[in-house]
Amino acid sequence: MTTQNRSVIIIGGGPAGLAAAAALRQQGVEDILILEREHDLGGILRQCIHDGFGLTRFKEALSGPEYAARFVDTVQQAGIEVMTDITVTELHADRTVVATARSGRYVFKAQAVILAMGCRERTRGAIQIPGSRPAGVYTAGIAQAYMNLKNIMIGRSAVILGSGDIGLIMARRLTLEGASVKGVFEIQPYPSGLPRNITQCLDDYDIPLFLSHTVTAIHGTKRLTGVTVSQVDSSFRPIPDTEKEWTCDTLILSVGLIPENELSKMAGVLLDPRTKGPRVDEHYQTSVAGIFAAGNVLHVHDLVDFVSLEAERLAESVGDYLKQAPADEEAVPVEADPELAYTVPQLVRADRDLTVSCRVRRPLNRVRISIWQNDQKHVTRRFRRAIPAEMIHLTVPKEKLVPGEPLKVVVEHE
Amino acid sequence: MMNKQTALQKRYDVLIIGSGVVGSALARELSRYQLNVAVLEKELDVCTETSGRNSGVIHAGFNNKPGSLMAKFCVEGCLGYGVVADEIDIPFSRTGKLVVGFDDEDRKKLQALKEAGEQNGVPGLEIVESDVIRDKAPAILGEMALYSPMTGITNPFLYTVALAENAVQNGVSLWLNHEVTAIEQVDDGYQVQTTQGVFESRWVINCAGLFADRVARMVGIDDYTIYPCRGEYLVLDKELGSQLPLPAYPVPNIREGGLGIHLTPTTDGNILVGPSTDYIDEHTDYGTTRSILDLLMREGRKIFPPLNPSAVIRTFAGVRPKLVSRTTGGYADFVIEHRPETRHFINMVGLESPGLTAAVPIARNVISIIGEYEDLRENPSFNPCREGILSFKDQTPERQESLIHENPDYGVVVCRCEGITQAEILAAIRNPLGVTTLSGIKNRSRAMMGRCQGGYCQIRIAELIMAEQNRSEESVMLARKGSRTFVGKVRPS
Repeated sequence: MTTQNRSVIIIGGGPAGLAAAAALRQQGVEDILILEREHDLGGILRQCIHDGFGLTRFKEALSGPEYAARFVDTVQQAGIEVMTDITVTELHADRTVVATARSGRYVFKAQAVILAMGCRERTRGAIQIPGSRPAGVYTAGIAQAYMNLKNIMIGRSAVILGSGDIGLIMARRLTLEGASVKGVFEIQPYPSGLPRNITQCLDDYDIPLFLSHTVTAIHGTKRLTGVTVSQVDSSFRPIPDTEKEWTCDTLILSVGLIPENELSKMAGVLLDPRTKGPRVDEHYQTSVAGIFAAGNVLHVHDLVDFVSLEAERLAESVGDYLKQAPADEEAVPVEADPELAYTVPQLVRADRDLTVSCRVRRPLNRVRISIWQNDQKHVTRRFRRAIPAEMIHLTVPKEKLVPGEPLKVVVEHE
Repeated sequence: MMNKQTALQKRYDVLIIGSGVVGSALARELSRYQLNVAVLEKELDVCTETSGRNSGVIHAGFNNKPGSLMAKFCVEGCLGYGVVADEIDIPFSRTGKLVVGFDDEDRKKLQALKEAGEQNGVPGLEIVESDVIRDKAPAILGEMALYSPMTGITNPFLYTVALAENAVQNGVSLWLNHEVTAIEQVDDGYQVQTTQGVFESRWVINCAGLFADRVARMVGIDDYTIYPCRGEYLVLDKELGSQLPLPAYPVPNIREGGLGIHLTPTTDGNILVGPSTDYIDEHTDYGTTRSILDLLMREGRKIFPPLNPSAVIRTFAGVRPKLVSRTTGGYADFVIEHRPETRHFINMVGLESPGLTAAVPIARNVISIIGEYEDLRENPSFNPCREGILSFKDQTPERQESLIHENPDYGVVVCRCEGITQAEILAAIRNPLGVTTLSGIKNRSRAMMGRCQGGYCQIRIAELIMAEQNRSEESVMLARKGSRTFVGKVRPS
């Protein structure tokens, strides 16, 4: 088995990997290889047949496959090398990548590795819903793949737990295919999906949304026969005597996404417990030199447009990294306000333009979010309402940044 | 492959009711002889109930009353397990086990366990102090412990599957989806009615586990009642696995009828926390409950502090077929009997823990009963060896390369969490027992058992099942009869 040397290996041919590849080529990077385990490029977008993608990046509404096609076309026209039907099984800190395919086992050594593996769904086991274990319990993404990619109908009457965007979209999708969707139940006192999806997927189809509710038991030994739903208190504990039985043959779980970092961990990449993705600097470089990350593998995004933009920023830094020795400015932390769930990046070197992405922990009305360094306010944005479902982005040009001085992202109530 | 035609008046020498671990071990042991043997199983796979839903511990035999069948067969089963595991190619590791205590009262109980174990013939038991606990399992708390070097861990599902497969390879017929509804004594044996036809046999062996009392009643033995006693479990992510090299138990409260909420590494590197001990009304109520799952977390942390909710990837429950009620408590010994009035009906009831460990000695005991009446001649073509599914990810890079070259399906990783290839999934789908359920494929291949619980691979596996067997969407079952996974196509294709 010979080791192939490559400039850049991109693990994953979804929106992040494709955008990174296209942008790297634009900078003149020649030797790029995308490794994709599916037969087709596009990642999760392939199964997102609804529209609404691209409003930020392309200023028009596209379906998932259409959005992906724009990048796939660019990658193909640029002649970027792609291997599909190949699974990366090992990643090492020295940027050795091991992969298997029908044609054999491959070993690559790359100057830079880009992690673009996306995310996976939280499961019933992870949230420990008690009850029996019948057929008919699906995560929203699996349900979507069965229906949209495989033409398989999963059930006739559904309850949806969690108001994540895929769950909302599946509520509409199931309804359009003749299933009856009894309701969407969300444990939080506010929806976790985007407002436009609440309107377009639930309100427009008269599907009720129950906030501060959760499924407390699953029934049926063969196929699902129903679920018990309870109201929860402010600490998410079910309130006694609020149980209600709902008859259904399908339970869809839309209870969160987790960045997929099995390979990152194998390479020793440090993860941020808040995002469950790698800790990166503003170059999107992880704790392991030469390994970069963007997209949902880094933190779960609300819109694919922001995945593409993030991957394009990453590509700029990877291009620089290939040309010269990595920046020797010391990385200092970005401190997140307690009202924020996290920030990406978590570290800054202050040697390029900075984009900070973050999310609030709970819905906030009339706030200002600012980036400070010492007593200098670099940027501020005002929000009439900031919600956890929507990612917030703040940018600071390089000139304003002082190397070696920690940054603070501050939330102020007006 | 299973014969699909309806069984009408099939005649056997020995008919085993139930393909749990005891039924399957008995089938394999009987296949050593020139006998026409069949197994009737009500479900779509073997070990759907108790045998597949437990800690997977091969017990040394110190928890059982000296002089009991439980003690005798457990000790024998534990000592002999390595040979069987080798023959039928299943994972087994003699990890040893710690029963940890914290105070003087615990120390007395541990001493008593040690003495009982020594009476039972368990080798190597010793009381160790905290330094030894630290040395063997740094994450486990305890002031002192009973250390048992003979205790081991196995994969209970693969064990039963492998026993059944080896039996079938040696000529035993396995009739899945055949539930026994009535048994009638006839001149030269029994007529057994099932949901799919009538069987006749000279011998009938009751290995019906949770339903053994009902089967016994079918021949008029009505002095047993099975009390279902549920145990819930948490399954932990492999990330914690390295912190628990061997099973760690609290000092058992015998009255409870279980061994206490313990932590057991699995042969795949996960950890199980449980089981609880709760008598229930329905024999196959495998539901888990909020209060017990919380209890498992609290109790587990007492001896294993790294335990935390975010490490849980799944929960499940098993049910013990107990012969003692909630009010009686504790354990009743295994019942293995051959009554004069039900000649050629061997009745086995109350085969709860340590039934997994004791299955082979129990089976040999049944054969010695049959041998009193029959001239048992050895089957010259019996082959004790069965090969499991080769694990691609455990091979050297060179071997992986050549496997892909020989069979490109090895190059296709279907389950990324567990690193299971398409070749392994197809081997599981083409299993010798003819099982086609998603759970059956999962348990044979490990695909869908990892932290994403099938998020990535379930779709591919369902497709492979449909393609391999030319099945419609509606006929893909999750586990039990009627557990339809899909309702049809979205649109006519």
